[in-house]
Amino acid sequence: MQVPTELKFTKDHEWVSIDGDIATIGITDFAQGELGDIVFVEIETLDETLDQEEVFGSIEAVKTVSDLFMPVGGEIIEVNEEIDGSPDVINEDPYGKGWLIKVKVSDVSQFDTLLDAEAYKELIGA
Amino acid sequence: MSVLRKENHLSQSSFGALVTTDRLLKSKNTKMKTTALTAVHESLGAKMIPFAGYNMPVSYEGLIAEHHCVRNGVGVFDVSHMGEFMVKGKGALDLIQWISSNDASKLTPGKVQYSCMPNATGGVVDDLLIYCLAEDAFLLVVNASNIEKDWNWIQSQNRFDAVLEDISENTSLLAVQGPKAIAALQSLTDLNLADMKYYTFDKGVFAGIPNVIVSATGYTGSGGFEIYVDNASAKEVWDAVFAAGAPYDIKPIGLGARDTLRLEKGFCLYGNDIDDTTSPLEAGLGWITKFTKDFVNSDALQAQKEAGVTQKLVGFELVDKGIPRHDYPIVNVDGQPIGRVTSGTMSPSLGKAIGLGYVAVASADVDSEIYIQVRNKSLKAKVVKIPFLK
Repeated sequence: MQVPTELKFTKDHEWVSIDGDIATIGITDFAQGELGDIVFVEIETLDETLDQEEVFGSIEAVKTVSDLFMPVGGEIIEVNEEIDGSPDVINEDPYGKGWLIKVKVSDVSQFDTLLDAEAYKELIGA
Repeated sequence: MSVLRKENHLSQSSFGALVTTDRLLKSKNTKMKTTALTAVHESLGAKMIPFAGYNMPVSYEGLIAEHHCVRNGVGVFDVSHMGEFMVKGKGALDLIQWISSNDASKLTPGKVQYSCMPNATGGVVDDLLIYCLAEDAFLLVVNASNIEKDWNWIQSQNRFDAVLEDISENTSLLAVQGPKAIAALQSLTDLNLADMKYYTFDKGVFAGIPNVIVSATGYTGSGGFEIYVDNASAKEVWDAVFAAGAPYDIKPIGLGARDTLRLEKGFCLYGNDIDDTTSPLEAGLGWITKFTKDFVNSDALQAQKEAGVTQKLVGFELVDKGIPRHDYPIVNVDGQPIGRVTSGTMSPSLGKAIGLGYVAVASADVDSEIYIQVRNKSLKAKVVKIPFLK
């Protein structure tokens, strides 16, 4: 189970990579493993500005569907186009090629509400 | 609370494969039934889930790979959670004829029949397989989730003095499924597997174990066998099957792939597509509902057949992007409610989103345009022929 120490996490099993006020967001290795084979990702919120905890899309495995929640509020400035054609990259490389969105963060102080790797490991019992 | 906060209505699906984080973490502390092979699945690294009260493998290496393994090669399911009842004695056939909708008098020793047990109020108690062991001895194989309900129901209907025995707890069941199943298993038995016709079985020595039922049946539509053994022999048979099947790349398969495999073939799943409230005639089970005899609720079902059903279980595929799920509403072109989805998935073999659902008869013809309400959207779908996969 990979939990990279340079990332931040949410209790909803999303990871956040921070670069200034730009956040790159995906789902964790644990989440992709629990979901199983991911077959469809729907993100129709490009260019929208959403609050922290708002739903920005959904992710479907063969047997399950889950909503995706904004770890921090902001404008969705980019959606990973590669996952449209091959959502399985999320299973294969959740922290790399399987990223979901980039967000221009409205309030960088919200980063403080995220979990660090240690706290996330504790959450998933790793 | 789920992996990513799953929608509540989905977690109520009767199929247990909706794995949630909390459930996984807690499952270690809750008492679940095990099969004789649970420790084997855990040692293989299977993802385990609670299903019908049992701790069962939902997947090993991954659902889609396991699905293709069964369609193109051979795979093994532990389905020991299924229930098995022996029905014996002079009244055995009379009892079975009364509780089941198909005509069991057509059975001869060595034959299997798919059937259902109607209830007295228009629905279905369970669907099941009936094995004719001898003229006055039958084996009923029922769904795991219904074992207690079925047992009580059958006993309540037994005015024929048939002798009933629930052997579920002592019986293990391996389903070895796929086009390479014959080749993978033949070295384990003198029974001629290639000559065994669909829905027949034989009893013999298998993997050195006597009195094993080997049945040319299954729930995948890819051919293969179901093997009934005592719990005490289950591990030995499992190991022998994997050793004999190794040259054919035999693999363990979880319940997740079992569901996608059966759905592609349009097989009903009790609790999803049929239940205590659905008519067998509406469910497309008219072919196993024979009015040549009296059975539970047969008068009412015959009247329903003559009057015509108002809704039907149909197969559909999505035209728009998305995946249908159990209990999503179905509407017509004008947005009026016409039914609900009972099963849905992304079909690994077809690469399409497919589903089963009940719709009003006006929208039940092939090519009818229907709409599936997926959360806040209506997705276009069309009615197609079942099976989805030929």
